[in-house]
Amino acid sequence: MALLKGKKAIIIGDRDGIPGQAIQECAESAGAQVIYASTECFV
Amino acid sequence: MSGYAVLKGTAYTLAAAQDMVLYNGTTQTTERIVNPGSEYLTALPKHLRSFEEIVSYIPNQVYIGNASPDVLEGLALPWHDKRLPNSDELGTKGKFGEIISQDMFIGLMAISDAFDLVKLERSFAEQVREKLAKHELIGEEKSAPIAKNQESIEIITELVEKEHAEAIYFNGALVGAVKRAHDVDINLSAHVMLENLATKASSVFSLLCLLRSTGIDPGDVDYVIDCCEEACGDMNQRGGGNFAKAAAEIAGLHNATGSDVRGFCAAPAHAILSAASLVKAGTFKNVVVTAGGCTAKLGMNGRDHVKKGLPILEDVISGFSVLISENDGVSPVIRNDITGRHTVGTGSSPQAVISSLVTNALESKGLKITDIDKYSPEMQNPDITKPAGAGDVPESNYKMIAALAVKKGEIERTEIADFVKKHGMQGWAPTQGHIPSGVPYLGFAKDDIMAGKINKAMIIGKGSLFLGRMTNLFDGVSFVLEANSGETEGAKASDFDEKKVKGLIANAMKQLADSIMKE
Repeated sequence: MALLKGKKAIIIGDRDGIPGQAIQECAESAGAQVIYASTECFV
Repeated sequence: MSGYAVLKGTAYTLAAAQDMVLYNGTTQTTERIVNPGSEYLTALPKHLRSFEEIVSYIPNQVYIGNASPDVLEGLALPWHDKRLPNSDELGTKGKFGEIISQDMFIGLMAISDAFDLVKLERSFAEQVREKLAKHELIGEEKSAPIAKNQESIEIITELVEKEHAEAIYFNGALVGAVKRAHDVDINLSAHVMLENLATKASSVFSLLCLLRSTGIDPGDVDYVIDCCEEACGDMNQRGGGNFAKAAAEIAGLHNATGSDVRGFCAAPAHAILSAASLVKAGTFKNVVVTAGGCTAKLGMNGRDHVKKGLPILEDVISGFSVLISENDGVSPVIRNDITGRHTVGTGSSPQAVISSLVTNALESKGLKITDIDKYSPEMQNPDITKPAGAGDVPESNYKMIAALAVKKGEIERTEIADFVKKHGMQGWAPTQGHIPSGVPYLGFAKDDIMAGKINKAMIIGKGSLFLGRMTNLFDGVSFVLEANSGETEGAKASDFDEKKVKGLIANAMKQLADSIMKE
């Protein structure tokens, strides 16, 4: 948990993996400040 | 009422586009802006494949129907350096479609251009016109408009350098340009017009291949639905459409109208459901779903391919067309009553997505996951995606479907690998967004169902709506393709023969009248 506490996070999720919003929820619950989050497609 | 609609035929096409990788693929155009002298851009031209290499590439041969997806089973990656044992005999034509060279495709763009925007250098234009005139699907008449291209290379250069035209290259040389269609309107810029003409031309080519493979009279097509991912329109109605009717005009479908269905990569599945519903409702008898390919995605994962010493594998503009018709009692039926849909409330985790598209649909009809012989989700070619770190997309889908089958107690956990092998396939489609999305299997599914090899296939379309920044939602729809029972509602209706009944009544009346007269 301490790893992300007070840190600023930029999140890129993968449409075939974990969506950006899900990572954002986790990161915020761990104390990170999410600057930007999106889900991208590479296929 | 006319019973379920049937899948009458399919066409799949590829157009080589090596120079367009360099000049129109967004990975490259972006790199040219932010890092013009990069190692990647310098190295890239050496990684482009020849037309012969594109034709003999096994996944491309599968796409046009020259080889079954079975040839990819157990074939170790990488595939780009492998050939089929009978590779020399296999050409550009397959049972579903065809692969054409880049110069012929540029010619097709000129043929598809209704506004005199494509300008080709005169000697190049003549060479291309001659090639297309000899092609059985194009011929003298359709290729004739190319002859109006009498521009010198100086004029073409001036258009590109001074008039904001988008350059067209072939084998590294400037051979033409697409002019902007408006001085100010960015939706009619040369860049957009080239992108849209490439989509239109590849859709036209697929439509022509569909006419050839199905033998349907062009005048019998009532309606065309385009499901590509581009937008055509001007500054007052960006995305106004209608690619479908524009392509139908060039393909000679003179009795058809049409419309565009959009939904990112899920659009083909949405479009086929719409087409099947229009036919089942009796609104139209023959509906074609069609899509051209995408210049923007050329070389999309090129950085990783070049870094790993691989050829650029995203070097083709794809297309497909599907004919959906009234129930003929023979062709596979489209069960639009067994449909999965990702709803607003579904959520975006892979488990939620697959549950909504697969299990919910099947359970509504009392079917099990294992009742579907083959699943066709996103059939991206892993030879392209794995080196780029995007994984094996079809395999991920199959594993999730298998996991749900375990959760429901239909298979054991230890049977997941077998399930994936039995109910899945290796991907073979180019990474052109909507092109791999469920539909590449339709041609093989039709053949396998009619040959009795399988009974049911599920086609799954998924789309990344969040890319448009209008919603964070994912999307998808699915449907089942099934062997035709041979009983059509039309046939049932014919059991009640109105003429025969009238005849019987008339006879009875006559006998009654005769008996009264005798009395």
